[in-house]
Amino acid sequence: MTPFLRKLYPYRHWAFLLPLLFFGLFYFYPLGAILQLGLAPDGRLQLSHILDFLSDGYFLSILWFTFWQAVVSTLLTVGLALPGAYIFARYQFWGKATMKAIMTLPFVLPTVVVANAFTALLGPRGLLNEAAQTWLGFSSAPITLERTIWMILLAHVFYNYSVALRMISGYWQNLNPDLVEAAQMLGASPWRAFWKVNWPLLRPAIFAATVLVFTFSFTSFGVVLILGGPGFSTLEVEIYRQAVNLFDLPIAAALSLLQILFTFVLMWFYTRSQAGLTRPLRLKSARATVRPIKTLFDRIMVGGNLGLMFILLASPLLALVSRSFLTDNRLTFQFYRQLTVNERGSIFFVPPGWAVFNSVAIALVTMVIAVGLGLISVYLIATDTAARTQHQNHRLWRIRGWLDPLFMLPIATSAVTLGFGYIIALNKPPLNLRQSLILVPIAHALVAIPFVIRAVLPALRRIDPKLREAATLLGADAPQVWRQIDWPLMRRAVLVGAVFAFTISMGEFGATVFIARPNMPTMPVAIFRFLGQPGELNYGQALAMSSLLMLVCAIGFIAIERFRLGDEGEF
Amino acid sequence: MRKIYSILAVSLLLLLTAACTPSGPVTLTLMTHDSFEISEETIAAFTEETGIIVEILKSGDGGEMVNKAILAKDDPLADVLFGVDNTFLSRALDNDIFVAYDSPALANIDASLQLDSQNRALPVDYGDVCLNYDKAWFADSDLEPPTGLEDLADPAYSGLTVVQNPATSTPGLAFLLATVGHFGEDGYIAYWESLVANDLLVTNGWEDAYWGEFSGASDGTRPIVVSYASSPPAEVLFAAEPIDEAPTAAVVGDGSCFRQIEFVGILQGTEHQEEAQQLVDFMLGATFQEDIPLNMFVYPTNSNATLPDVFAEHSLIPANPATVDPSAITANREAWIDAWTTTVLR
Repeated sequence: MTPFLRKLYPYRHWAFLLPLLFFGLFYFYPLGAILQLGLAPDGRLQLSHILDFLSDGYFLSILWFTFWQAVVSTLLTVGLALPGAYIFARYQFWGKATMKAIMTLPFVLPTVVVANAFTALLGPRGLLNEAAQTWLGFSSAPITLERTIWMILLAHVFYNYSVALRMISGYWQNLNPDLVEAAQMLGASPWRAFWKVNWPLLRPAIFAATVLVFTFSFTSFGVVLILGGPGFSTLEVEIYRQAVNLFDLPIAAALSLLQILFTFVLMWFYTRSQAGLTRPLRLKSARATVRPIKTLFDRIMVGGNLGLMFILLASPLLALVSRSFLTDNRLTFQFYRQLTVNERGSIFFVPPGWAVFNSVAIALVTMVIAVGLGLISVYLIATDTAARTQHQNHRLWRIRGWLDPLFMLPIATSAVTLGFGYIIALNKPPLNLRQSLILVPIAHALVAIPFVIRAVLPALRRIDPKLREAATLLGADAPQVWRQIDWPLMRRAVLVGAVFAFTISMGEFGATVFIARPNMPTMPVAIFRFLGQPGELNYGQALAMSSLLMLVCAIGFIAIERFRLGDEGEF
Repeated sequence: MRKIYSILAVSLLLLLTAACTPSGPVTLTLMTHDSFEISEETIAAFTEETGIIVEILKSGDGGEMVNKAILAKDDPLADVLFGVDNTFLSRALDNDIFVAYDSPALANIDASLQLDSQNRALPVDYGDVCLNYDKAWFADSDLEPPTGLEDLADPAYSGLTVVQNPATSTPGLAFLLATVGHFGEDGYIAYWESLVANDLLVTNGWEDAYWGEFSGASDGTRPIVVSYASSPPAEVLFAAEPIDEAPTAAVVGDGSCFRQIEFVGILQGTEHQEEAQQLVDFMLGATFQEDIPLNMFVYPTNSNATLPDVFAEHSLIPANPATVDPSAITANREAWIDAWTTTVLR
């Protein structure tokens, strides 16, 4: 620690203002502005038009669909990811880091591209149907999932599986396996040992993942719009329709507010139930908790889960990548070569190298903002006993119970609504940022911070305060305690948050979130530019750029996971 | 040492004067939709000619862009807006976001394209939304390719067509308007009912229809799609291997297409009205107009602009597209979309 930072240390509490300021300026202020314009354009609430809409059967059916599909998507995702998290937490096997990176790739892919990968596998002329017709003798395509609820559920699992897996396995890794072994030695069946020992210990991470996946499925947009088709609509899709196609701001604002309130109430109950649930634990290094694959059970467990991941996650990605190398069933590198050619001298042409650079630069800035503010936020939220007794009567500390649910709201907020809010709110100095480049990582970080908080909070809460006390007794000052105790114990969780902050930014097409795209075209922007025009070359280049995006992300994930502050080693 | 100080002082002074005098180059912001494309050369030509720098601000799809311009009316995001089309024009005009400008270039533009009599919005390009079909599919089948809207309702064409939802897609809305223009306000719903009976497929956007369902461009199974009259030349230009003949063709029979006209206008509240007028003149002039087709796959409005060969060869301009009076669009757009939604989706 440098003398300069040491001097700053007594003022550390001021840092708590940073996330509050950030959320205030870039979330609540613009959101408030647009909601006010929508709900009370002349300073008075005008509700009759809104109430008409809300009491219509159409709205109620959308609300009900949005809710139940999110519940089912979440149960499926977390249910499938739980055994996957187990093998990543407990087994040592070849290609583990790569597999983990690949699993996270769906997150960055545009829905149009994913939809086509699914069609290539499951469509009427897709791989599975052709195989079924050739080998199993079906006369017509037996799999007809297109534009059904199954496609929506499948896509939600595809997109969110890694969220659940990463959050749960990161937490699981450091749980002491001796506890389960002890239970089994005392005669508990493996199933009972899981329920009685692992489940209660894992609950904080499982619930954190559940809440994230639920919020994502609840506010699903692209998947429902493209894979579901016009027969399905969620609240988020309806908000977009009202805001953009019909320009009915009152309805758009009312629906946005409803979606936000719903998430807030859900989060409020969730955080209340969580605050007391996590107990300080005696943790163990991840290296000490993994074991090699030995028994038949091990083989089935690891093989089964990897097989599932391959079918569910890797095969659509593979279909996509292979398509980028094929024209008329012949191998070609043309689509990749063409990426570097500015055929029509377009002003929007971006060489692939620059697109990669722009994307990575913005993603890294996003990651730094999100992890920095996210870490401060978790310390602000976590009510460790010492702080509670010390500050119990202080009003500032009492509002903290509200902060956790509030910080979650950006991921439940319709991007188009917030984007409109930016236009009318961030228009005057010193906040005239509407066309500023910094708004891009700021908008991304707003969505990424909830991830960092959800990932890190359970890890922070399970740190035994006695460890810190012991370190202090041994003469460590506060920064040293953080460096030696908190950081090594939280590192994995922080990196999970960092990976997702990076991912969110890399995949964000962003047309809706921020209004300006100054001359810094990212990879997703390039993909959408290709998809906008007919011609095989355009489509091929969109796939080539998507494959490149996956490659860059995979490298990014692996690099981030290796990050260390110093010599803390593997924990 | 003293020398350095004087150099510093002089350069500081220069910097200050450069920052304060208004004679420096003016930068105009051009707000436009995500599909906007133009060559670097054309923009450079304008800067060279006038000394004005142009910054381009892409702002989402057509509807989103107009909404943003309206929301930002009091503190405009840009000086000039390019690309509001005749399906959204009324929204822009009703909200009074443009300043009128009687550009001399209007003399070269067909009167039928000039929809705003006050010249707040000036026609800058147009394109026809038409049915496209997969030539190879029809060559392999006994069926003749469609020649007009009526064919799609023929039971022989059952399960062949994919269109876009007019509530979420611009070409989808344009095609709905084509049916309104062709069958009349009393007849279009009956037509859509017959399409639904004929196993019509609807997607929410052009991308998912063209890249996902259209057999002419994807693994999809539908050989007829709603796209543009200029999509076939784009297929030739962007073929993976050079080809002489487009794999797709557009149906341009009388009353089967809808003409989408895009407009450019000077935004209310600009501080550079004179320069903005120069930019509008430039966009309606030959250099810019001739650069439009190969970049955006739509046609120039300036009748003096020459078309590139690939357009002349592979694209057909429908002689008589279906027409709907702009004021009728304004009055009924939402009602038509609602009626369509009830008929087709529910």
